This record gives sequence, structure tokens and C-alpha cells, in this order.
Amino acid sequence: MFYRENGQFKSTYESDQQMLPILQDRVFMLVLLVFAFGAVPFLVSDYLFLSLLIPFLILTIAAIGLNLLVGYCGQISLGHAAFMAVGAYAAYNLVLRVPQLNFLVVLLISGLIAAVVGLVFGIPSLRIKGLYLAVATLAAQFFMDWLFARVKWFTNYAHSGSVQTPPVELFGWTVNTPAEKYLFLLGLLIVFTLVAKNLVRSRIGREWMAMRDMDVAAEVIGIRPVYAKLTAFAVSSFYVGVAGALWGFVHLGSWEPLAFNLTLSLNLLFMIIIGGMGSLLGSYFGAAFIVMLPILLNQLPAMLGVPISTSMATHLELMIFGVLIVFFLIVEPHGLARLWAIGKEKLRLWPFPH
Amino acid sequence: MRKNWPVITLGLVLLAGLVAPFADRSTSPGFYVEVLLGGLMAGVLYSLVALGFALIFKASGVFNFAQGAMVLFAALAVARLAEQVPLWVAMLIAMVIMVALAWVIERLVLRPLVNQEGVALLMATLGVSYFLDGFGQTIWGSDIYKIELGIPKEPVMILESLFQGGILVNKEDFVAAIVATALVAALALFFQKTTTGRALRAVADDHQAAQSIGIPLNRIWVIVWSVAGFVALVAGVIWGSKLGVQFSLSQVALKALPVVILGGFTSVTGAVVGGLIIGVGEKMAEVFLGPVMVKAFDLAGGGIENWFAYVLALLFLLVRPEGLFGEKLIDRV
Amino acid sequence: MNRRANFLMLAVSAMAAAIGSTAAMAQAKEQFFPVLSYRTGPYAPNGAPFANGFVDYLKLVNARDGGINGVKITYEECETGYATDRGVECYERLKGKGPTGATLFHPLSTGITFAVTDKSFNDKIPIVTAGYGRADSRDGTVFGWNFPLGGTYWDAADMLVQHVGKKEGGLDKLKGKKIALVYHDSPYGKEPIALLQERAKMHGFEVLLLPVTHPGVEQKATWLQIRQQRPDYVFLWGWGVMNSTSIKEAVATGYPREKMYGVWWSGAEPDVTPAGDGAKGYNALVFLAPAGQGAVHKDVIKYLHDKGQGTGKKEEIGEVLYNRGMVSAMMSVEAVKRAHIKYGKKPLRGEEVRWGLENLAIDKAAIKRLGFDGFMLPVSTSCADHAGSAPASVHIWDGKRWNVQPGIYEADQQILKPMIRASAEKYAAEKKINKRDCAIEAG
Repeated sequence: MFYRENGQFKSTYESDQQMLPILQDRVFMLVLLVFAFGAVPFLVSDYLFLSLLIPFLILTIAAIGLNLLVGYCGQISLGHAAFMAVGAYAAYNLVLRVPQLNFLVVLLISGLIAAVVGLVFGIPSLRIKGLYLAVATLAAQFFMDWLFARVKWFTNYAHSGSVQTPPVELFGWTVNTPAEKYLFLLGLLIVFTLVAKNLVRSRIGREWMAMRDMDVAAEVIGIRPVYAKLTAFAVSSFYVGVAGALWGFVHLGSWEPLAFNLTLSLNLLFMIIIGGMGSLLGSYFGAAFIVMLPILLNQLPAMLGVPISTSMATHLELMIFGVLIVFFLIVEPHGLARLWAIGKEKLRLWPFPH
Repeated sequence: MRKNWPVITLGLVLLAGLVAPFADRSTSPGFYVEVLLGGLMAGVLYSLVALGFALIFKASGVFNFAQGAMVLFAALAVARLAEQVPLWVAMLIAMVIMVALAWVIERLVLRPLVNQEGVALLMATLGVSYFLDGFGQTIWGSDIYKIELGIPKEPVMILESLFQGGILVNKEDFVAAIVATALVAALALFFQKTTTGRALRAVADDHQAAQSIGIPLNRIWVIVWSVAGFVALVAGVIWGSKLGVQFSLSQVALKALPVVILGGFTSVTGAVVGGLIIGVGEKMAEVFLGPVMVKAFDLAGGGIENWFAYVLALLFLLVRPEGLFGEKLIDRV
Repeated sequence: MNRRANFLMLAVSAMAAAIGSTAAMAQAKEQFFPVLSYRTGPYAPNGAPFANGFVDYLKLVNARDGGINGVKITYEECETGYATDRGVECYERLKGKGPTGATLFHPLSTGITFAVTDKSFNDKIPIVTAGYGRADSRDGTVFGWNFPLGGTYWDAADMLVQHVGKKEGGLDKLKGKKIALVYHDSPYGKEPIALLQERAKMHGFEVLLLPVTHPGVEQKATWLQIRQQRPDYVFLWGWGVMNSTSIKEAVATGYPREKMYGVWWSGAEPDVTPAGDGAKGYNALVFLAPAGQGAVHKDVIKYLHDKGQGTGKKEEIGEVLYNRGMVSAMMSVEAVKRAHIKYGKKPLRGEEVRWGLENLAIDKAAIKRLGFDGFMLPVSTSCADHAGSAPASVHIWDGKRWNVQPGIYEADQQILKPMIRASAEKYAAEKKINKRDCAIEAG
């Protein structure tokens, strides 16, 4: 009844190419943004910021990055945490060695470095695909884990191999309290989402999708596979690299190579499976889901008055993860994003089903 | 012949790596043989896990990431059951459990996903592996458990006359090697001589053709997963008796991945040979190349065996994507 | 938020006191202890007994003494799985719980310690790392909130070097010897390297570094290298399943277990029992809590396990890690008691507990009174020295139990002090921390 686009005509190309073509969506987005920027910082407790919202925002950037590669270009990667690590260590060394750099510039350069590394590990994708590529990207994971643990220069010869970061400073603004971190990350996430959105609906994004849907046909219509695949790897690694730098600097503050291990890679993958492959909105949903699930599982039973042991909660978490992944693959391969779309469709018809 | 030059080059490089340690006078031949043996033994264990991979991939086109979790699950079951009943009974019961598990996986995971692309199936098995990790620890516990096979663990010296200082070997490793060999032989026989085995091969060749001549696909898949469960059980018992049964066992699957790449996804022989190559290559690299790299780059310790297998597999993928013994089915890009 | 909650709580309790409602009073008279533990994953076999000992002692204080000076202890466990990000989440979740917030944290992982050390400056909650954590955090002027009670890994490495030196007949005899460090490839395992290299320079022995990747079940190559290099001693810095694997590989490569020395985290029952008879003769450092049962264990059985309130299995009581968990809990409780003297017998905030930790004085009489006779040596701390004395001995596994050897070692602070100073200064500079002046604070 309320969610209906009747009477909204698109009379110019601009209005046809809008990101949110329906008025109601625009209003909703506006309200959401106002709420996220204006109200959340005052409503939410530090705990929710630090253990839910901040990881959520950072991992969403990473999930968008991975989604560009897996969901849009159809190239699987099981080693994306390695590129997060590249971003994090690049940022650490930049801040350490060139302290006068603005943190935004640091982020940009770390992202670019990660993009170059991603490009190198993307080269096998030109010859192999599918499962074989998955194994090749695992090579990136294990090699990077090793590299950062062993080459002392990366960790500034820290005797424990763990690095500490100074607080993030931006134009004299120290991003220190949880609310400040949240606002900073939210701003970044919005910029990154807008860029990604425009990438995927521009020429390059369409090339990626053509590669994904059928590589031979794509080549026939004049898309260069080398170019399409490598740009996907580079852009994806850029996103993930920036997310890695943020994960290190804003979320952890101190980390060791283990922080970017295979588990994180797999978690990123689960985010886009559960959230929805080939959907930016799905990256949001997936990241929120993966961040929230363990915390919920740990606290919900106690809240409901049926305390379970902490080990049981962890085992349950593993099992529920497993079941959900299989469930989504079978029942809804397009993930939560698809459920959202179905909901919207229903809302459009409501309350008259025909 | 000309087409094979990258493979030959890679082979030569590997061979050079094998011989290289002798350039350094300090390496005694006895020690060299020990490293070789150590690598072979590790390789046997990798092969055991890789076998399970290859079997399932051959018959159903599924890249079973959950093989490691199955190894852990089987080992946990044997270890915990053996606390109550004799070991062989425990193994029998565990086998029944593994068959039941195979049936459940086929029913709930594979059947609904039939005809999906490989990557989706891979992710589904990732899900299965998470579930098994949690489920196994829930019902069997998360301590370290022991499996006593009754094999002495103290090493013995052999060939003392031939090499200075002799060569240290473990009986346990030999038993593992024998079991692996027996297992491969049994599997080969099973595939070649029995009706079920032939049906399995038919399914592997062409699902639709097999179905059209009346081979029940679903039952075949249950059988394949049961066989993979059996292989996991054997691997679990051997690894478990060597390392103790503990959560970390499920991570051996990660070592088996490069093995199947190297050997070829569809080849049982490939799984075995690939395992041996990776095992030897890894240990050689760690023991001989590691210290050199540490000196050269001032590293904080070696540990190159963690990625060596993967990088080796990656190189192999670039020059010969079908692996050593695999069928040339992969569509190149 | 935290502040506000505290303020609210204070207001509520003040109001309750005014009304004179005893029920509300009892409600607020609680001291909250967060318990970070890991009962799952590769390190569960070691994490579980420690957590059980820790929790059992807290329960015991409630059941036997009715709390700390009448203030009931409450606690909540949080599973970290030994993972840093999980640990940080647990820290954030638990730091504001209870009427006065978290008393203190035992992160139970060097990685988590590194991560939460950062946060402690803002949150003003002490981080107690009994026998682990950052070696440089002994310096209380920089690390205002870290308490590596019972010693750090630099202490441990130093003591092990002293021990093998004594075995050889003097530290100077170590010249030309080779010591291999087989370590868990994480901040935990890497901590002792700096000290060992310093000592190696002094005495002229060689250190061979052999990292083992998490979780540590792949050690074939490591031990082949040991077989090749034939080090005179192997120091083992492992945790969880890595320890037992190391011992098994030592058996398989024929390296004498008598020449293997574990740090105190590599010398508990779960580390040796999986290796069976092969572990006989293996040595490890033991600080604070050796295996065995004393008066306090009888109390645990009497007040908890006999009433079905025990945390873990009854057989576990008296194991090395169980005891270490108990001692860790005991020192935390004593710190609160100590702070009660200054701040009054009420629930305390982290800041007040810190004073207790900085003025900890657990002497022989106190140890006896608490029932820990034979399980620890006196500990006393100060504002500048957050670790106190850190004595330890060596114990040997005889196939059935751990036997503590005579001889108590203490790290040579002449060597450690400059290293700690340098490292702490570097941290303070990197993090832009203002150092505390202990003299002013005392006055």
C-alpha cells in the first residue's frame, strides 16, 4: 500500500539511472543515514560499538571486496584474509616509517599495495578456475601468514612478532572513543559502497558479470578475460586491504599474524554466501550475520535463563554455521539479500495480493 | 614431447633440489636418508587423507573439504569408544557411524545440490566440515584422547653398517606405510573387480549414462561416501595413534589439498604419489632449504613447509593443471 | 557508558542504604570477576583445567568465607578459543558487568594480553598475566595496568639458562654449547627469544630457533633439524597439543627427554600423558603451583565437589594447571582483600584493585593460612615492579607424576632490567604514553 512506485515516472536518463529509483527507497535510505549518523552514537553502548558495530562496518568493506571478486566476477578465493594482512602491515609500516602521512592517504596506499599483491596472486586465474583457483588462493593465504610472521622488517623487529598501532589521527582529530571510530568507519563504508555500486553498474562491472556468467561468450563479444579478471582481483584486494588496515588500526590496535588466518578468510566467504553473492546489500547482511551470530549464541541462552557452558556455545556455533551454510546453498543460493528482495516484493503487493 | 617441457623443467628443478643437499659437505648421507624417510612417512599420511578426496571427487564431482573433519570425527569416535570396548569393536562401531554419516550427508546435502557447480558443492562441504567439528566435539568431548595400537614408539636404528650413525626409523611409521599400501591395493581391487566398483567408475565417467543403464545414483553416492568414511577412519586411527586425537586433526585436510592438485583430482594413484612427493618435498625444503633462507633473509625461523606444498601445487597447476595422473578434463581458460 | 553505569549503581546503592533495605544492599555487595577461558579448540585440553581451578577457587571463597570480607564474588565465563579477536570481544563484554565493573582480567593468552593492554589505559582495569604476557610489562611506570605476577617469559628463559648452566657446572661452561628453542609461533613463543639471545652473547652459546606453526601437530621437520644439529638442550615453549606432539617427536627421533626443558606452560599433565612412557625424564619449569593437593584442595572437595558444585572432574583437582588456576584466582582475591584495607570492605573498582595489586604482600604466613603451603612462594609487588619476585623450580615427569627438584631459581634482574627498560620505553614512545611517577603517587 505504502511501498508502491505508481505514478513515479522516469522522464530523463538521469532519473532512469538513479541508484535508488523508487522514492520510498530514497526516503528510507535517508532516514537510515540520519539515524545511523545522528542517533546511533548517542543510543548505543560502548560494548555494542566495540564488539558489534565496528567489526561489522570493517568486515562489510571486506565482504564487499570479496563479493566483487566472487559474486560479480565468479572467481573464487579462499585466501582473502591474506590481502587483509597485506593492507594491515602496509599501513603499520607506512605510519611507522612515514609518520607525517595523513591516515586516509595511508589507507589508500595500503589498499593499493594489497591490490598489487592481489594482482600477482590473481594471475593463476588466467589459466585455472573453480576449485583449482580456490587452492591457488590458499597458497596466498599460507604464504602471507608465513611472510609476516618471519620477515622481521614487517613487524619492525618486535621481539614477540606482535605489532602495536598508535591511535588514528585525521586532520588533528584523534579517532579514539568508540563512537568516533564508528562515525569514521561509517563514513568510509558509505564511500566504499558508493564506489562499488557504481563500479558494478559501469562498464567494468558488466564485464565482470559477463565473465562470471559465461567466460567464452564474454570473450566472443570482445571482453578481454585478462583485463576483466585481473581488475576484479585488484579492486577486490584493494577493498580487502583497506579493510585489513582498518581492522588492525581501528578494531584490534595490536595484532599478530594469526589475526589474519584462514578462519578469517573462510568467515569472509561465509559472509557473502549467507548474505548473497553478487549483491552489495548481501555483503552488509552477511557481515552483520557473521559478526552477530557468535555473540548472540554466547549470550542468548543466558538471557533466556537456560545457561549453557561456554564450550557448548562454541560447539553450537560451529554446528549452526555449518547447517546455515548448507541451508542457504540449498534453499536460497542468493542469500539473505534475496530474502530481502522477496520481502520487498511482498510489501509492494500488500495488502492486496494481486 | 615439446608440449611437456614445463613439466620436465619442473621435474628437473625438483630433482636438483633432491640432490642439492649433497653439495653441502656437512650433510651426512645417513641423515639425508632419514629426512627422505621422514618425508615419505609424512607423505603416506597425507596420501591417506588425499585418497578420501580423490574417491569422492571421482564419483560425484564433489571437492570434499570435510574430509579432514571426517578424519577427526572417526578418530574421536574410535578413541572414545575404545575406552569402553576393545579396539576392534570400537573400530567396527565407528565404521557403522561413518556409514550412517555418509547416508545423512548424501540425503541432506548432496541430493538437494545435485547438478550444482563445483564451487557451490565445495562450500557445502565446508559447511559439513564446520558442523562435524562442532558435533564431534559435542558428543565425544574436546580433550586429547589416545588410540593405542600397541606399536612400540621407540625408534630403532637400521643400516648402521651402511651409514655412519645409522638411520633412525619408527615402527609406527612402517605400519602406517603398510596399511596405506594395503588400503590402496584393496581400493584398486574394489574398483576393478567388483560390480559395485564398476558401477562407481561408470558413475564417475558419466552420471547420466550410468543412470540410464540403471545404476542407482543415490546409492552409489552413499557407497562412495562410506568408502571415503572408511578411508577417513583408517587415516584417523593412524594419525590419532601418532599425534593423539584432538581437534587439530581436522586441519590435516588442508595438507591434503595440494596433494590432490599435484596428483590429479580423479586419480587414486595420483593421491598416493602426490602425497609422497609433497611429503618429501616439504621435509626436504624445511630441513635443507629452511636454514639457508633464514640466513639469507634474516628470517625469524624457518617454517617454510607451511606454504611449500601449496606453492609447489600452484606451480604445477600452471604447467599441468590436470595433475600427474588426472584425466584431462579441465577446461582451461 | 561505563562511568554512567557505575554512577547509577552508586546512586542506587546509596538510595537503597537510605531506605535500609538489606536485600538491595546484598544485591550491590558483589565483586565481579570476569573469567576468560578456552574450553574448545586446539588448546582446550590445557585451558579447561586452568579455568576449572580458577572458578573453583572463586566458588570456594563464596562457599567457605561468604565472599571477600563479606563481599560476594560473582563471575562470568567467556570463551576466547585462544583467539585474539574473540578475547577482545569478551573483554568488552565483561568489563562493565557487576556493580563496579570488572575487577581485573586474566586474558590467558599472550596475544589477547597485547591487545587489551592498549585498552586498559582507558578502562582502568588491571590485566593480570600470571606467568605469561609481555615481558616488559613488569615496568609499572609505563604499563600501569599490567601485572605479570609470578614472572614473565624472560624470567623463565633466564632461569632455564641458569639451570642448564648449573648442570654443566657453571654458566661459563655453556660456551660453545647449542640450545634449541622449539617455540609456538605466536607472541607467546617469541617472547623468550630476546632474552636467550642476550644470554647467548654473554656466555657464548648458540641459540637455534625452531618455530612450530599453530596448532603444532606438524613437527617432523623441526625434530629432524634437531636430530641434525644435535643441540645440547632443547627448550620447549609450547602450548596445548603442541607440547605432547613435541615429546612424541622427541621419542621418535631419539632425542633424550632428560635434555628437554619446558617452560611452565609446557609442564602439565595433558602435555606428558599422551606421550605415555616416552615422556619419562622430561623436565619443565614450575612456578607457583606444582602438582599435588594441600589444605585448600581439601576445602574445595569439602565445600564444592562433595556438594556437587565442583566445576570440573574431581580427578583434576591437584593437577598442575588446575592448581595454577587456583593460585591465579587466589592472588586476585588477595589483591582485592589488600585493597579493602585502604578503600573499605565494599565492592571495588578496577582502579582501586590496582592499588591492591601494587601493594600485594603474600608472605609465608599468609600462604599457610590460605592453605597454599607448598604451592607458592611469597610474592610482593610495588608500583614500579609489577611482577614481584618470581622464583621457580624445575620438575621432572617420572611417568606417573611430577617431582619437584630441589633448588629455586630466580632470574638475574641485572640482565633483565635494562632490557625491560628499553622495551618499555619503546612502547611508551610508540603509544605516546605518559609515564607514571611512583614516588609522587606513593606520597
